[in-house]
Amino acid sequence: MSRRLDGNAIAGDLMELFGTEMTVAWAVCRSCGAHDQLAEMQVYRDAPGVVGRCSHCEAVLLRIVRAPGRTYVELTGVASLQIPG
Amino acid sequence: MAEVAATVPETSRTRTLVLDVPGWSGHRAGQHLDVRLTSDDGYQAQRSYSIASAPDDRPAITVERLEDGEVSPYLVDEVHEGDAFEVRGPIGGYFVWEPGDERPVLLVGGGSGVVPLMAMARARAMAGADTPMRLLYSSRTIDDVIYRAELDRLARGGFDVAYTLTRGQPPGWQGYARRIDDDLLREVAWPADGTPIVFVCGSTHFVDAAADGLVRLGYEPGWIRTERFGATG
Repeated sequence: MSRRLDGNAIAGDLMELFGTEMTVAWAVCRSCGAHDQLAEMQVYRDAPGVVGRCSHCEAVLLRIVRAPGRTYVELTGVASLQIPG
Repeated sequence: MAEVAATVPETSRTRTLVLDVPGWSGHRAGQHLDVRLTSDDGYQAQRSYSIASAPDDRPAITVERLEDGEVSPYLVDEVHEGDAFEVRGPIGGYFVWEPGDERPVLLVGGGSGVVPLMAMARARAMAGADTPMRLLYSSRTIDDVIYRAELDRLARGGFDVAYTLTRGQPPGWQGYARRIDDDLLREVAWPADGTPIVFVCGSTHFVDAAADGLVRLGYEPGWIRTERFGATG
């Protein structure tokens, strides 16, 4: 069974990808419209990549897959991101 | 690279590593750092550890040994002063407390989930803040309580600690002796009308139970900051 964590668990990876602290960024879920900080999303990272889900409706917000020399990022489930700073 | 400046045994399963990190920009109470170990054949393992020290001190992490872990047995049992490994940090901005925040603070920690909360208690003491702060700290047994002597020293002037031991209690134990439930939260938590801020850290199950219980007590979900850790080791 995959362990459910939260967005804090991938804060370092998000900072590396986006170049800034992202757990305080607000994301709007494309599926249910909930407005949450990325720290609050459900995170599963036992899969080959990282999957982040909305803590309200559990729709997939983002996927991150690392491969040698490159990283794939999908933000399909995020309607908008508000990044402080 | 971080160099181990000192090691402090805490409990039989935990040890604190004080780190010298050239160029360290300082941290905020509640942040963590990532440790990356690379073996001779290039295999890498990365883990996140909460920073236990106050913001003005050198970063220190307290690591719990997980028996089948790849990283924690090395950090708890093998690493010596002067050894070096790669770190990334400080990381995080959500699970952070600033001494200037005057709201009453409730800290709820399960097991080694107390580590970032200890940084908050130390930050409060170092800043000389009089913000009311209360720690509810759940451990299996008395021998698993990390920082006990220091917590008892800090427990004055508006900071206090409620312990609960879930798997066994020493003779004459005065604290709680069960898992966190709604009655226990009602006795320990600040009244909801004081609009407190809450930091809950521990395993996913622990965090969910505590946060859900606080909401049932009348706490707004927005007052509760949570950090869940998994036993990756």
